[in-house]
Amino acid sequence: MMRLMVVLSAAVLALFALSLTLGPAPVSAAESLAALFSDDYGPLTLVMREIRLPRSLLAILIGGGLGLAGAAMQGYLRNPLAEPGLIGVSSSAALGAVLAINTGVATGVALGLPIAALLGALIGVGLVLLLAGPQGGSITLILAGIAISAMAGALTSLVLNLSPNPFAANEIVFWMMGSLADRSMLHVYLVLPFVAVGAVILLRLGRGLDALTLGEDAAQTMGVNLRRLRLMLVFGTASVVGGATAVAGAIGFIGLVVPHILRPFVQGQPSRLLWASALGGAVMLQLADIAVRVILPARDLKLGVVTALVGAPLFLHLIYKTRKGQS
Amino acid sequence: MRSWLGIAFALIYSATSGFAGPSANGPSRVVSMNLCTDQLAMMLAGPGQLASVSYIARDRRASAMAQDAMAYPINHGRAEEIYLLKPDLVIAGTFSTRATTDMLRRFGVPVAVFEPAYSLNDISDRIAQMGAVLGQDAAATALIALFETEIANISGVAGRPRAALYAANGYTSGQHSLAGQILEAAGFANIAAELGYSHSGVLPLELLAMADPDVVIATRPYERPSRSEEILAHPVVSALSRHPDTGEMRDADWVCGTPHVLNAIQKLRHLHSDTTSPEEGSE
Repeated sequence: MMRLMVVLSAAVLALFALSLTLGPAPVSAAESLAALFSDDYGPLTLVMREIRLPRSLLAILIGGGLGLAGAAMQGYLRNPLAEPGLIGVSSSAALGAVLAINTGVATGVALGLPIAALLGALIGVGLVLLLAGPQGGSITLILAGIAISAMAGALTSLVLNLSPNPFAANEIVFWMMGSLADRSMLHVYLVLPFVAVGAVILLRLGRGLDALTLGEDAAQTMGVNLRRLRLMLVFGTASVVGGATAVAGAIGFIGLVVPHILRPFVQGQPSRLLWASALGGAVMLQLADIAVRVILPARDLKLGVVTALVGAPLFLHLIYKTRKGQS
Repeated sequence: MRSWLGIAFALIYSATSGFAGPSANGPSRVVSMNLCTDQLAMMLAGPGQLASVSYIARDRRASAMAQDAMAYPINHGRAEEIYLLKPDLVIAGTFSTRATTDMLRRFGVPVAVFEPAYSLNDISDRIAQMGAVLGQDAAATALIALFETEIANISGVAGRPRAALYAANGYTSGQHSLAGQILEAAGFANIAAELGYSHSGVLPLELLAMADPDVVIATRPYERPSRSEEILAHPVVSALSRHPDTGEMRDADWVCGTPHVLNAIQKLRHLHSDTTSPEEGSE
């Protein structure tokens, strides 16, 4: 466990440094890292501090948050298919964000954008848990997720198409696939409190989730308040996913892939998986964000393309395994 | 030089009301369904000849003749509504929906298709083309003569400040675009050329910052925000836009290849003199 955490932390830091040296401007790695700390405020310093640094920080924050949210949901539902992107929480958050932008709430109210996305995510995650329930099987969970995703996606398209701004209609791709291109430090400050608060809530659920592996009755006799656990999970997930989606769009599959890969390393213990998945999510989103910049340096390839290419086959594999387990 | 704006307005005014008379052999009921052909048609059509213009012609953000367009019924570029207007000529742009123009042709309505203007030279060609389809050749010839005189009168200036054109989604325009040519005519060097963009395309924010232009000329964002336009408010763009009014600079005069581009060049000239003097000086 200790070794896993050290390896993951080292990977996060190494990828952070690598990410800072990547961009369309032809500058050497040493030069760009030096400019980050330089006081002259020339063009390269501007690029490093206002373009690359926020991008790399957001990849860590958002990736970590999504990995953690996935691990927490899977722990609570005891179902490896639960993931904020797949069960419609991210698309509900995107709907909240799009509504905030198009009604002017995002520019008129301080923190209006992430709060609206949080409310969207809250409705999404609440609906899913209501429909699937703690005892609900994989099928109910996935069907509920499909319905909520479809509804939120359709409403997002509707809002964007009704916007008098001619650019809005083309932005559906961003909200569905996610991107970290051209974000600024402002976005980091916007997302930080929401991901941080949500992460603290989720990380403290470890003991309850561990108890839940023995079944609900056993958990209750061990003194776990299930209603409180459920409430905390809903708020923590909504806060993380809302904040992340508000600035980066809906990025799927991170909460699915990362806990799945890391589960064997923590002997399937949910509390340890939470920490590991937070670090693992940061690694995965940084890798995806590096990949989109290497594949198409000057254009904005969406992150969801890469995460889905990795995650969808794994998802199919998990469905297959779940089905075999049931029959 | 100082009176360009006045001359350009006078030019448009006289063009709209002065030259064009009833056309003897041209079409009598013309419908235009493209913003740029709308404006050329409004300048050249005789009284009663133009039956409808597109709804965008009334949008102040995009149309340099929004006020004039209020006098015409509008259409939304749909085959059904245009057919019901019973036109004997429909004027469309190459970007108009192909399905619509094909359907109108099947119904026996003649359709004239106009290419957009990609350069200042194209403007005279489009005016001549509009004159020809409307049967208003004399009016077109007079307007071309005035426009070309004005273009020829643009004096050379000392100093070529480096400028970047930047629009939603990080879109920039090179020398083979109308916006790029307006910029050059006003005496600016376009950084798109340094970076190898001859036409138009997406310029990553990072490359814009590294090019460190003297001015960034951005489009005016719409009232309802969009994520595509958020890039124009990025701290990097703000840091490069040392002149506060450049974000508002690119308006309806830039959109279409009409004599209104003279107004755009005129406004850029003021920016040019602000940029080259007094502290930076001209070469």
